[in-house]
Amino acid sequence: MFRYSLRRLLLVLPTLFLVSLFVFAIVRAIPGDVVDMMLEQFQYGKSADELRARLGLDRPLAAQYVTWVGQVLRGDLGTSLWTNRPAALDIAARFPVTMTLSLLSISVSLMIALPVGILAAVRQDSRADYAARSFAVGALAVPNFWLATLIVVLPSYYFHWAPSIGSFTRFTEGWYAYLGQFLLPALCLGVAQAGIIMRMTRGMMLEVLRQDYVRTALAKGLGGAAVVLGHALRNAAIPIVTIIGGQMPFYFGGSIIMEHIFGLPGMGSFVLEAISRRDYPVIQAVNLFVAALVVASNLLVDLSYGALDPRVRQD
Amino acid sequence: MWTFVRRKPLGAAGGLVLAGMLALALLAGRVAPYGYDEADIFSRLKAPSGAHWLGTDNLGRDLLSRVMYGARVSMAVGFGGVVVGLLLGTAVGLVSGYFGGRLDLVLQRVVDAFMCFPLLLVALTIMALLGPGLGNVILTLGLVLGVRDSRVIRSAVLSVKAHLYLEAARALGAAHAAMIGRHVLPNILAPIIILGTVNLGAIILTEAALSFLGFGVPPPRPSWGGMLSGAGLVHMLRAPWLALWPGVALSLAVFGANMLGDALRDLLDPRLRGSR
Repeated sequence: MFRYSLRRLLLVLPTLFLVSLFVFAIVRAIPGDVVDMMLEQFQYGKSADELRARLGLDRPLAAQYVTWVGQVLRGDLGTSLWTNRPAALDIAARFPVTMTLSLLSISVSLMIALPVGILAAVRQDSRADYAARSFAVGALAVPNFWLATLIVVLPSYYFHWAPSIGSFTRFTEGWYAYLGQFLLPALCLGVAQAGIIMRMTRGMMLEVLRQDYVRTALAKGLGGAAVVLGHALRNAAIPIVTIIGGQMPFYFGGSIIMEHIFGLPGMGSFVLEAISRRDYPVIQAVNLFVAALVVASNLLVDLSYGALDPRVRQD
Repeated sequence: MWTFVRRKPLGAAGGLVLAGMLALALLAGRVAPYGYDEADIFSRLKAPSGAHWLGTDNLGRDLLSRVMYGARVSMAVGFGGVVVGLLLGTAVGLVSGYFGGRLDLVLQRVVDAFMCFPLLLVALTIMALLGPGLGNVILTLGLVLGVRDSRVIRSAVLSVKAHLYLEAARALGAAHAAMIGRHVLPNILAPIIILGTVNLGAIILTEAALSFLGFGVPPPRPSWGGMLSGAGLVHMLRAPWLALWPGVALSLAVFGANMLGDALRDLLDPRLRGSR
């Protein structure tokens, strides 16, 4: 298990290096000079040369990359062109909001997807199965931002009630109110992803339920719940956890839209502001931070295999 | 065709919905009762009626006509993005899988790094740098999904590479180009077709999300995501039909693409049959 964990940890380094290279290259690889655009559209500096020097873009690419990585390793993710504030400060202030939304959305997804997926597999081709599969098909086809718009618009029109948008309660002002304001966005985001996880859970459970050891367990006289939860679910867990881990980028991406609709001051609304203002150092900082988070969550998923599968521990 | 309809009725229904959307996109100019930018200041925010079946928006434009014209953007981006994505994904996947070695190692690590970025975030970033526009949305989404597709195509190439007929062709002295063109590519067409239909729904949804956030296809050209945009929320609170119909059209299109994709995957990839 130790060797497996160590090997997995070491693999993170080249991935992070490539992620940093990608974030750095994305602005430069795209045709058209970002400096000209910033000058023409937003009048950031007096001249192109001045702005290029301010951004450090007048130096050789390799030197720029090394300087940037050096700064990032010291915790300096760059400074906003608009507010002159370090991007790291804003990310630190806004990250808890995005993280809360993402975690609550994952909880919503799992609360729906796991029981429904298991039930659909255990009662294959029954009415419950068809209902569950129809839900998954619907959840995959309905865009989360449309669901959120309907949740805001329809109750307001028909019942004269609307969720409070724009007034944000901090955690220190009361955890109950803090969590409450995430309920609707987490529901919209969680339901959409629940469709994917439910389908995977059902598929994996169907495969495992056909195995001989499940038949043996049932033949031994074990109860249905003990077989499903103790034998089948444990063996279906690895692919399901992989799928959930693989969904992390979708939760982060989805939170951009949900924060925009529900006026939550998280990283999504932060990056949208930065993108609409072409605040290029902030765009770079957020991309790097989010990608590093995804790398970390992938690592956690891989390390959890050890806990789920004894064969990995012995490797 | 009939076998497909009988064996996969949901997939056939999805294909029918998609064909309907495609026809709508092509014939919007003929079948739409009004022009998409034909404003009537005296008919602002009118509820659905005989004159305007789905109602009107805040500028008095006919919603039905705008939903019909919106199909043009979704279908153009959907099919255009699929083509760009498949071209890129097939090129990278073929090179990576066929030649293998260090090139494969480097390419796959780049794909790994790329997949760490949320699809929407990376699409937003590229769109911010390229600027809004139909062509740019097609390019961006094609690029983003193409890189992801290359992983699947690479594994298909690897499985084809293990077959004896490829070894025989190599022993007969076939050049790389002939091996790829005559032997590898025709044998990986099934996963390519599956990827195309599966991606169609994802591209239509992501384009709508981009337009919803104001970074997709700019107005006045109507796109379903743009019609649902937050900027129109004030009007939607007074006229909820504005929030309803573009979303229904969008969901139908994605449903059609997903169902067709699932059915094709079940038929063309026997390993997945019965698991979904």
